Amino acid sequence: MAHTSTTVRGGGHPSAPSRRRRAPRGSGLPDWVVPYGLLLPGFLVIAALLLYPLYQLADMSFYDVKLKNIRPVNPVPPEFVGLDNYTKIFDSDLFWPALRNTVVFALVTVILTIALGTLVGLLLHRLGPKMSTFVVIGAMAAWATPPTSQAIIWKWLFDSDAGVVNWALNLLPDWLSNLLFGMSDWSGHPWLNDASTIYLALIVSVVWGSFPFIAVSVLAGLKSIPGELYEAAKMDGSGPVTTFMRITVPMLKPVFSVLIVLSIIWDFKVFTQLYLMAGGTVNREAFNLSLWSYAEAFGGGANVKMGLGAAIAVVLTIILLIITFVHVRQIVKTEDVR
Amino acid sequence: MSPLARKRLGKAALNGAGIIVFLFAIFPVYWMIGIAFKPNDQIFTTDFIPFPSPPTLDHVERVFTKGIAGHSIWQFLLNSTIVAVSAVLIGAVFALLAATAVARFRFRFRTSFLILLLIVQMVPAEALLIPLFLMARRLGLADQLLGLIVINVGLTLPFSVWMLRTFVAAVPKELEEASWIDGASRFTTFWRVLFPLVAPGLVATSIFAFITTWNEFAYALTLINDQGKYTMPAALGFFIGQRSTDWGAIMAASTLMMIPVLIFFLLVQRRMVSGLVAGAVKG
Repeated sequence: MAHTSTTVRGGGHPSAPSRRRRAPRGSGLPDWVVPYGLLLPGFLVIAALLLYPLYQLADMSFYDVKLKNIRPVNPVPPEFVGLDNYTKIFDSDLFWPALRNTVVFALVTVILTIALGTLVGLLLHRLGPKMSTFVVIGAMAAWATPPTSQAIIWKWLFDSDAGVVNWALNLLPDWLSNLLFGMSDWSGHPWLNDASTIYLALIVSVVWGSFPFIAVSVLAGLKSIPGELYEAAKMDGSGPVTTFMRITVPMLKPVFSVLIVLSIIWDFKVFTQLYLMAGGTVNREAFNLSLWSYAEAFGGGANVKMGLGAAIAVVLTIILLIITFVHVRQIVKTEDVR
Repeated sequence: MSPLARKRLGKAALNGAGIIVFLFAIFPVYWMIGIAFKPNDQIFTTDFIPFPSPPTLDHVERVFTKGIAGHSIWQFLLNSTIVAVSAVLIGAVFALLAATAVARFRFRFRTSFLILLLIVQMVPAEALLIPLFLMARRLGLADQLLGLIVINVGLTLPFSVWMLRTFVAAVPKELEEASWIDGASRFTTFWRVLFPLVAPGLVATSIFAFITTWNEFAYALTLINDQGKYTMPAALGFFIGQRSTDWGAIMAASTLMMIPVLIFFLLVQRRMVSGLVAGAVKG
């Protein structure tokens, strides 16, 4: 996986300019200006569209921003409320459920995605070339499905009347179904009314959509492990389990740390699929932090609470930055960012 | 059991598992496409109907003629294409320049810029909905495709630079130096030497940005009120929120939206992994 870029570059710092650099001719600019000139447009875009909005978000979270404060025609300056928005969030009945939904969903989904993806990656590694390509093509279809389509498809699969999920559950013998779920007749069973079953359907759909990426990445990682290591382990009399734990797992560790962080970032803020499967902002019990923030700012018709929505978004951002801090530090340490 | 028989059995079990994974992955997509071609009495039924018999083009025809919210699906496909293609082209220029700067030069603030790139990628795009919406409104860009284009350039740029810099760094420096010795200017060297060699990487990065922008839902939903300016995801979101949902038409529209993404995926499948993972681990 990583080898594609490192072998090409031969590791180290091949891009570092040599000490006695030959200067290009015909360039009127002094050397030191060039990198800044190249960087400036991109930096301005990032500053204007990400950094400044981030500052505004934080700033707005201390104000009470209503419709009258943001209307195009003579808006009233918003009222400064200090930490009121934050106290409101933490006192709200919605806070703990939303936080729980966010965290539990991310935790379960990340674990399931990584587990399933790894198993499929290991499977792909052992399959013959034809069979492996066949499975990868199938996985590609799931992976390429846009989030909107993903939500639509699974919404229909979990439909109470015409959904395939209920049809399949009805195929189970009654005693087994009773034993497992305490019910045997699934006809008309609604999945997308209660928060808990909405999240169940959401987990299934997101795991379905994201396991292929993990599987293909793990496969690429497995292919990059030199075969000699396994031969050596075999000669030393290592069994399959020991070999897996002592060679495969450590060799894949860097890959996994990236995959886990990427999965956390993606699953922590899931919005599109939740919005569509929960039917917009009507079901308040199904809110996670991003949907809650959206609902306060945009979902209430004329009852706009931009400041409160901003404060929720700040909380979400801070949680994500804390979780990914270790990862960022790791990259800064190991990469040639210096 | 003989070792040979055991080996065969093991192989059969692996292939069986492979087929199960294939079916799990493909079935939902197959089901979506199937419904797009099923007559209504085969959609709204508790029976399991594996394929449309006979297939109908009614739904496909309906999304093109009657459309969604009074607009033909052509309109939404066009809007999505305008937004994604413009955002990608603009973003590619910014990303290429910035990637060249960080991969080819050592300068003050280079490290700070790279760390900044990394951190802004951790900020959830959804968190910036409120300030970006208000900013677009102040600038008169709300309800405009231009607003979506600008925002998508911003959202995709950090990752594009991050990924593209590895491609720039992979081009041997000596090539550029040789060109300088031959008397070529900085610009000529960039355009004639570096650019052709980085082009494949630029294509891969651009396809990434295209898919992200093509699929983008939250900003399209928030920024656009005028239904004629919906992108495909926003149109589908509107469509599915209606009281009596026309599932045949939704699945037809959803299938159409997926086609370009699938084609691009097949094109860049290999780079998807090395780009996301290698781009993130190794510089």
